[in-house]
Amino acid sequence: MPITKHSFLVTKAEDIPGVLAAAVLIATTGRPGPVLVDIAKDAQNGKAEFIWPPKVDLPGYKPVTKPHGKQIQAAAQLIKEAKRPVLYVGGGIIRARADRELLELAKIIGAPVVTTLMARGAFPDSDPQNLGMPGMHGTVPAVTALQRSDLLITLGARFDDRVTGQVKTFAVSAKVIHVDIDPAEIGKIRFADVPIVGDLKEVLTELNAELSNDLKGTKPDIAEWWGFLNDLRTRYPLGYTEPEDGKLSPQYVITRIGELSGPEAVFAAGVGQHQMWSAQFIKYERPNSWLNSGGAGTMGYSVPAAMGAKVAQPDRLVWAIDGDGCFQMTNQELATCTINNIPIKVAIINNSSLGMVRQWQTLFYNSRYSNTDLNTGTDTIMVPDFLKLAEAYGCLGIRVEKVEEVDAAIKLAMETNDRPVVIDFIVGRDAMVWPMVPAGLSNDAVQFARDERPVWEEGEEE
Amino acid sequence: MSQHVLSLLVEDRPGLLTRVAGLFARRGFNIESLAVGTTEVEGLSRITVVVSVDGLPLEQVTKQLNKLINVIKVVELEPETTVERDHMLIKVKTDAATRSQVLEAVTLFRARVIDVASDALIIEVTGETAKCQAFIKVLEPFGIKELVQSGVLAIGRGSKSITEKVLKQ
Repeated sequence: MPITKHSFLVTKAEDIPGVLAAAVLIATTGRPGPVLVDIAKDAQNGKAEFIWPPKVDLPGYKPVTKPHGKQIQAAAQLIKEAKRPVLYVGGGIIRARADRELLELAKIIGAPVVTTLMARGAFPDSDPQNLGMPGMHGTVPAVTALQRSDLLITLGARFDDRVTGQVKTFAVSAKVIHVDIDPAEIGKIRFADVPIVGDLKEVLTELNAELSNDLKGTKPDIAEWWGFLNDLRTRYPLGYTEPEDGKLSPQYVITRIGELSGPEAVFAAGVGQHQMWSAQFIKYERPNSWLNSGGAGTMGYSVPAAMGAKVAQPDRLVWAIDGDGCFQMTNQELATCTINNIPIKVAIINNSSLGMVRQWQTLFYNSRYSNTDLNTGTDTIMVPDFLKLAEAYGCLGIRVEKVEEVDAAIKLAMETNDRPVVIDFIVGRDAMVWPMVPAGLSNDAVQFARDERPVWEEGEEE
Repeated sequence: MSQHVLSLLVEDRPGLLTRVAGLFARRGFNIESLAVGTTEVEGLSRITVVVSVDGLPLEQVTKQLNKLINVIKVVELEPETTVERDHMLIKVKTDAATRSQVLEAVTLFRARVIDVASDALIIEVTGETAKCQAFIKVLEPFGIKELVQSGVLAIGRGSKSITEKVLKQ
């Protein structure tokens, strides 16, 4: 089954320029995605006249970027009528480079914003309208805002099961405006009352103009909604408890990396607990400061992603925040980093296990741990020893086991730019990602800590 | 579940059929009939697919077919405004005693005999699926030795043309 947006097989040398031009066009426009070009060896060795630019003829490929005017009006109408609107923002905002237009929309209507895993950074975390990440490991205010909403203004998001939980109980009283450049996403999971196919930059520019014109500086009155949400924010902030085994808390380490590095840095993460904590505890202020494989679930993503980010923007501080499991899938790329002078910083959140799987084994399988123990911690046989591995690849290796060493190690990594840096943070293995909606359940079942569900006021539930 | 006829205008590229069939397979849709051939425009082919599926999943698969780069247009052909034809070649056992009965059936169904052997006939029949099925029923008692058929071919009634519409854009 294909996993690319499109693929080409080239068997003649003269077809190479045209196919490559078509491949780049397809990969970078519409809903972007990878394109595979397979060039046969005899085409590689063949000779042909080089004609550039080649004619690219793709009669079946015409992404719609301009939205339908009527739909913009219909969306504006729903927004004006809504009492409990939420801007449900996905990675499409970042791909469309529409973060400014989003900010403008948010200011025009004053609605709360939730940013999915792929949209962290699409809207500043420092903005009081940002409720954080929704979904399985989302904040209680973000999850609840979607559940109780009467209008989801869905922008470049796709109702992934990690956001919706059980679909039939997701945001049951909400109408849906769904904007996406890919028509196949609209109505796929959730019926859209107002479907809009288009590029978000164009859509939001038109929608903002329509709304500004209609509202003339006034804002829809949603004070009651904000009262409810702000109360949730006060009662259920993101938090964590210190590990019982006396080891470092992973959330603390990640928080400090974020705070010391600041919003101009780039953070890439793999897949698992460290990924969720990185999404939760780092404050993102700008698009593309958070790199993540999202729904593809690609373990081992962070080192290559950080490497690419550092090459693209060499003046930025670039972190790969990785797990001890993920790191062992792509750590060989440290060779590329060292050889080509790409000084990335790797923070291994080393809990000596496949932490997310272990968390599920703890919570849902009576702590029957099976194949999640990786033996990379300091109280194990340490295979591999990440310090030795870092040094073998020509990197600076630092091990951190105590809380008072955390800041110094991060600072040393930030100051070291003549080679890559690997910090092995030895953290408690029983730390868990909270809040959590257990898989397959309704988002109403969100727990902010183990067996701790938010308390609703009398009659408020359901 | 209901039967739907989809007509796809596609670029004639190697591997295209796999992509189309793969989309149906991934959604667990069974393709009941499939007919592929070139069109009046060089480089373009038409695929006629008959599937049994509910309306909503069909809409999703149509959207996803449209996403395939080499698929230019996907149209669902509604029975009221569509001409549909099946084409079959049937080899029937015959002998001196049964040949005339078979030939009578051939005439009744406006089919044609295209090959004659001492103990068999090859018959060609064209028509709507129901007619072809009825013809098979009639021939069965004589003994059908072999049967091959095209998938359903379908085209919209009237002067409108999918290809013309697409090429104008």
